This record gives sequence, structure tokens and C-alpha cells, in this order.
Amino acid sequence: MSEANINIVIGGGAGQGLATVGQLMSKAVIRAGYHLLVRQDYMSRIRGGHNTFSLRMGPDPVESPCEPINILVALNEETVALHRDELMDGGIIIADRKIDTGIANTLKVPYDELASKPLYYNVVALGVLGSTVCNDIGIIEELLAQTFAKKGSAIIEANLEVLRASYEWVKQQDFDFSCIAPPPEDAGSNLMMNGNEGIAMGALAAGCNFVTFYPMTPSTSVATTLINKGRRLGLKYEQVEDEIAAMNMALGASYAGARPIVTTSGGGFALMAEAVSLAGVSETPIVTVVVQRPGPATGMATRTEQGDLGFVLHAGHGEFPRAIFAPGTVEECFYLTHHAFGLAEQFQTPIFILSDQFLADSYRNVERFDVDSLPEIAGPLLKPEDSSYRRYELTDDGVSPRLVPGFSETLVRADSHEHAQSGVITEDPANRVCQNNKRLSKGNGLWEEVIGPDYYGEKGAEVVLMCWGSSLGACLEAADKVNGKSVGVLHFKQVYPLREEQFMDVLEQAGEVIAVEGNATAQFAKLVALETGFQVSGSVLRFDGRPLTPEYVLRGLESII
Amino acid sequence: MVSIEQYGDFETSWCPGCGNFSLLKGLKQALAGLDLAPHQVMVSSGIGQAAKAPHYMNCHMFNGLHGRSLPVAQGMKMANPEMTVLCESGDGCLYGEGGNHFLAAIRRNLDITLLAHNNQIYGLTKGQGSPTTTRGQVTKTQPDGVESDPFNPVAVAVAMKAGFVARAFSGEPDHLTEMIQAGIRHKGFALIDIMQPCVSFNKVNTFAWYKEHSYLIENHDTSDWHAALALADEFPERIPLGIFYEADKPLREDGDVLAVHEYAKDDLKAVLDSFA
Ligand SMILES: Cc1ncc(C[n+]2csc(CCOP(=O)(O)OP(=O)(O)O)c2C)c(N)n1
Ligand code: SF4
Repeated sequence: MSEANINIVIGGGAGQGLATVGQLMSKAVIRAGYHLLVRQDYMSRIRGGHNTFSLRMGPDPVESPCEPINILVALNEETVALHRDELMDGGIIIADRKIDTGIANTLKVPYDELASKPLYYNVVALGVLGSTVCNDIGIIEELLAQTFAKKGSAIIEANLEVLRASYEWVKQQDFDFSCIAPPPEDAGSNLMMNGNEGIAMGALAAGCNFVTFYPMTPSTSVATTLINKGRRLGLKYEQVEDEIAAMNMALGASYAGARPIVTTSGGGFALMAEAVSLAGVSETPIVTVVVQRPGPATGMATRTEQGDLGFVLHAGHGEFPRAIFAPGTVEECFYLTHHAFGLAEQFQTPIFILSDQFLADSYRNVERFDVDSLPEIAGPLLKPEDSSYRRYELTDDGVSPRLVPGFSETLVRADSHEHAQSGVITEDPANRVCQNNKRLSKGNGLWEEVIGPDYYGEKGAEVVLMCWGSSLGACLEAADKVNGKSVGVLHFKQVYPLREEQFMDVLEQAGEVIAVEGNATAQFAKLVALETGFQVSGSVLRFDGRPLTPEYVLRGLESII
Repeated sequence: MVSIEQYGDFETSWCPGCGNFSLLKGLKQALAGLDLAPHQVMVSSGIGQAAKAPHYMNCHMFNGLHGRSLPVAQGMKMANPEMTVLCESGDGCLYGEGGNHFLAAIRRNLDITLLAHNNQIYGLTKGQGSPTTTRGQVTKTQPDGVESDPFNPVAVAVAMKAGFVARAFSGEPDHLTEMIQAGIRHKGFALIDIMQPCVSFNKVNTFAWYKEHSYLIENHDTSDWHAALALADEFPERIPLGIFYEADKPLREDGDVLAVHEYAKDDLKAVLDSFA
């Protein structure tokens, strides 16, 4: 990482508009052509408390959030007290002039002079921050104009005036901070998206046209993005009475020919487990997004963790195949969700996306997705091939042709009980064995399609960090910073099923393999051990509700390598 | 013309004399009478003796989980508004395990018809008290008598101003058929609570008991909500049969049949552009 990249932390209470400042700044940074990675840290309350919106930005790619701060934008005093010590040498604080920061290098902002009303304090912060890092004011002006477009030209003008005054004010000040390096030449057309938006857009690109959900942080924005962006594509949606209804309604819709998704977090998924099993036996395609937060039970509603792998892996009684994806980046959120829909349609079984709060709320710059070259996803049959159609026909690969009811005279009969090929309930032992084998054999097809882990680094490195999901960035950056040892990173974006031959050589050739996970029990390392017999030699685990950072990983590695 | 024979004749696992037989017959008759062919009808059901009904007739069927037939039915209807969607199950399934879904379905008001086989007992699990079992009735799991008040589905549905609320009795087959037809014809959520003797486990609410306690509603204005509530309140002492309440309510917009709906790639690209 070049020094050119900086870490800006905006801190304040809920209701002070810090997310708005952060989002506008993020967009300005991306439009200017920089790389960006956002970490949002917030409390489960509507007003007050202590929240932060951190932007790590610069001309070089950024992989993960980091701890040292270059610019601390303090919207209240608490922010100063909590984060002053994290300032880097040469770092600055931007705060209301009434706040005594105790740091010489402080930009004391006269909010009340720059803006006529507190309503505009956001815009002051944006102008000051933009000016400090020398972001092009033209870009910010355009952004503001777009943001307030619906409110009319008078409001736009009032905001622009505050912006310009604040931007200019910074130039008169005497403080020690230099502009960041210019953005790379080729940049400029990137999108700004967070993990949940990436998942929602991946779903829409896959032809998803039905979403049911019950609100639960941090998954809700998958559903809201689907609704806000998907309506014009014909998506139907329903906020249901509970998660049980969400999954069952989606299955009813899937049976009738929709391409549904359900979105939830661990506590909600607990209620869905019953219907996951129903999807398994009735062979109804369903994609489920589980955005993790710390448990057990209600845990910490707005914090992050990778603690639900074991649950998602085993949820649902009885035996049936499934696949679980764990994106590490916003791009992976998009492409893996699209892929998940393909698998759900093809294998008619539940498929999962396992994300977490950190990734969910992490805005990034992403290259425009190549939607034209996404593989087509074949839908179910509308007409049967012949009159002998049976919903649960025994086939070599276990996949029976799925027919949508209502487009022909052929009846489609789906059942939660063990059933004959026709869908009729039966307890015949021989049939049971055939149907169970049929369902399980779809697992072979899923296994053929497994996306292997990505390995970053040289083969036979002295240390390999094994991680999954959103921990990717912190591991990559930590690996880069370990002195005197070669360190590689093995990242799994599909965590189930696993195919040994896709990664065993990396594990075996490594000097040491260290599991890096956002949970207390190294759930993924245990899964690897169960599937392959391979034991990691150590682990770096974080379960305090905060995302892994390179610094955290390095501190953890110090004592074990 | 659709004939009742098209709905087939299947061997069942019901006890001889069970009220489910005439209920199923009434349903087939109602559908044939409305000229609905089996492939135009989707039935979602839960778990229990009643919930097996769609296995015993020709139709599209999703026999799902205990208590979950209503969410499935609503999903079906939203995905394909052109189909006739029915939901069928027992009182334990619909009012016990599925109680929350029952309330939500009334509020949501999709055009589906709910047939509640109400035998005031759990049949399939062999005779435990159900939400509609009368207070004081002794059962295997309530040896001192049921100590909760019975749930009154008709009163609740009327109180919530469900668009169509009716009660029928499997021992009044013609009336039952008529009620099912009226429910299906109603544009919106329709509840038909159907009293149905369980000859094996409910020795109190027998065929003879229902005959004695029930009567056909006469001279009742179905648009009169207060009168409907008063009628519904007669349960469990007396069991009025017929339409309690009917009202035109705002119906969910039907929209596209999702199985054939495709979006334009350019629209997707435009949506993606909104993230720039
Ligand atoms: C989740 C779940 N809990 C419990 C059961 C067991 N069970 C099956 S049917 C039933 C009750 C059936 O009673 P009712 O719905 O009144 O239908 P009936 O059999 O009387 O027609 C129960 C408790 C189940 N199958 N699933
Ligand atoms: S147990 Fe009762 S409800 Fe079930 S089939 Fe027998 S009589 Fe009918």
C-alpha cells in the first residue's frame, strides 16, 4: 500500500447525518476516480450514541479497513475522545471550533458562520473535507445538485452556497496536511455500491422477480435495494408477518414459476430453517441471503461476525444438498449471487449467500459489471415434454424436469412428505431410498460446479492465511506487511461443498496454515478438517463485533508465527 | 363443461365416517360446478388429516408444512394471479401453528380461498385439543379439560373485516358446495370455516351434535358488520351456517405472471447506472 492512500473517519451521533456526509463524500471520491473502501460502525439506536463512517481512499487499490487515521472528522466531542489516539503522525482533526480537541493540528470549523442553520452542517462538513483532500469542487457541486434535484433550484442553490463557502474557508486556514496523490488516469466510470446492493443487483441480473422478507439488520438493505431498483424490472415484493412466512411464501411463488430470493440475518434464518428443509424435499429452487451479525440470539444487532457458517451449513432437518457462497468483495456479491440463482434453478435445492454486516455496509468502487457476458439461467419448463410427466422422475443426475403449473393440462404435484415420482405421498421403503438417493445425487452436480478458492502468493509460502468471505481484504493486506516471511492467502468464496483437489496442494505445501475468521471457534477451519482431515496450525479470530483489519491480523500473527 | 369425475377418485387414509369425505366431495363439486378444470386450480395445504385432501383429487398441489399453507398459497397467487388458488387444512394447522399467517392473510387480501376443515380436535396426532376445542372438553392431553377459551375464527375474520366470511358443515353438502363456490367467486380473501366431525377423536362434537347445534342463517344482511359479529358470537353454543359477512375491499393489483415475465437488459443496465 502506498502512503498515497488515506483513512478518513467521520464520527458522531446517530441522527447527525454522518452517513449522508459519508455517502456523498464516497461518491465524490469514486467519481474523481479514486479507489475506496468504507467501513460503517454504528450502534443500534436512532439518535445519539457513537457511530463512525470510515473511508479509506486513494489512487491505489484498497483491500480492507485499517486502524490508523489520517483525518478525523468529529461531529461531536465523544468522537474526539474515542479516536484521538488512533491519529497517525501528521493526522488532523476536523471539528466544530467549540470542541477542544487537545490536538494542535485541528481545523476548527465555524459551523455556525458557514451555515445559517444546523440543517446545512452536513454540507459544511462535506465542503471542508472535500477541500482538505483537494477533491474537485465541481464533482461535489454536481453531486449535491443531483441529491437535491427533486427539491427545486432554490434548495440546490442554498446548499451549493454553503458548500462553496466551506470549501473556500479551508484554503484560508493554516494547517499541516497535503493533498492526496491524483487518481489513476484510467479511472472514472466506477460504480459506488456496498455488499448488500451488490447482492441485490446480482439477483436482479439473474432474473430474480420476487422477494419476501421480514426486516432484520443488517440484511434489510438487500430487500430495500431490490424493491427500489427492481420494481421497474417487474419484481414483486412483500414484507411479510415473519420469517417463516417469508420462506414459505417464496417457495409457493417458486413452485408457481417465480424466481425468488429471501433475505435475513441469523435470528430470522433460525425461523426459516423449517422451510429450508421443505425446499430440500420439495425440490423447490430458493436463494437465501443470510447477512451475519453476532449471536447468539439477538447478539449485537449492528455489528459484524462470521459466526453462522455452522448454522447455515446444517439448517433444515433431514438430508438434502445445498451450496453456500461467501463473497469477499462487492464484485463477488454480484457475481456469486447471479451464480447462486443459476444453481438453484439447475439443481432445485436451497442455495445460500452468507455475508456479514461489514461487507453489507461497505461501499466500494466497483468496475461496471459485464452483464452481457453473464451466463443465461435456464428457467423451468412451461410445457411438459410428454404426457408421462412426473415431478419427481428418477433421473441419472437426480434432477427432475421442473414444470410450472398452469401452462398446460399436466398437473404438478409437490410434497413435503416423502413421495413417489408422481408427487403422491407414500411410505414405501424402496421408494424412500430411491427418492432420497435422487435428491442427494444432485449434490454430485453441485460438486462439479464448485468454485475453488483463490490463492494469492507464491506456492509453498512459509505461512498461508486461510480465510473466507469478507475477511479477504484484511488478510491480503496483512500478508503484504509481514516482514521476513513469505505469506500467502487462500480465500474461499464458496464454503460448501468443498473440493479437496482445488486447494489441498496449497495447504500441504505451506509451512504453516493459519485460519483467519470472524468468529470464536474457527468454524471454517473445522469444516475443512471434517471434509479433508487437514488441521490448521493456528488461528487468528475476531469476535468482538468489529471487522478484521490488517493490524488486528498482524497482531494475532505476532504470537503464532 | 367440467365434470366432477375429472377430479378423480382416490383411495384415502381417512377413517370411515370422517367428515373429510363429504368435504372433499363438496369441493370437487364446487370446482366442477364453476367450470374450473383441474389444471386451473392450485391447492396449497399444510399437515394433518384435512391437509391430505389435495392428494385425493386431481389438481396442482403443494402439500407443504404444518401451519404454513397460507404463506405458500399467497406466494402462488402472487406469482400467477391467473390461477384459482385454494388453501386447505385443519383447525390446528390453520389457527394454531399458522395463527399469525391467518391474521396476515386476512389483512393482505389476496384473491385466495381458505377452506378450514374444523373438527375442533387434532386428528392426525390422535386427539389432542385444538385451538377450537370447547373449554372444558376432556382430551388425551387435557385430562382435566381444556383450560383455554376456544378460538373463534369466524368472529376474528369478521372483526378484521375479511372480505368474505362463511361457515359450512360437511353434513350439509349442498350448502357446503354453495359456500365454497361463493368463496371462490369472491374477489379477495375468503374464509370458509367448515365444521367436520372427527369420528375417531372428537366424541363431543359429533355429526349428531353438529346437526343439533347448527342452523342455516336466514334473513341476515351480509353487509351488516355488527350483525355479522353478533352472529359469529353465537359459537360455540350455536353454530350458524352461511355467509356472515361480505364486502368489497381493495384487492392487490394482479400484475404479471412471473414465470413468463422477462425484463429488458437495457432496463437492468439503466438500474446499474444509477449507482454511478
Ligand atoms: C411443525 C410440526 N409440528 C407438529 C406436527 C405434528 N402434527 C401433524 S398434524 C397435527 C395436528 C393436526 O390437526 P389439525 O390441523 O386440526 O388437522 P386434522 O388432522 O384434525 O385434520 C400436528 C400437531 C407437524 N407435522 N409439524
Ligand atoms: S382421525 Fe378424525 S379427522 Fe382424521 S380421518 Fe379419522 S375421523 Fe377424520
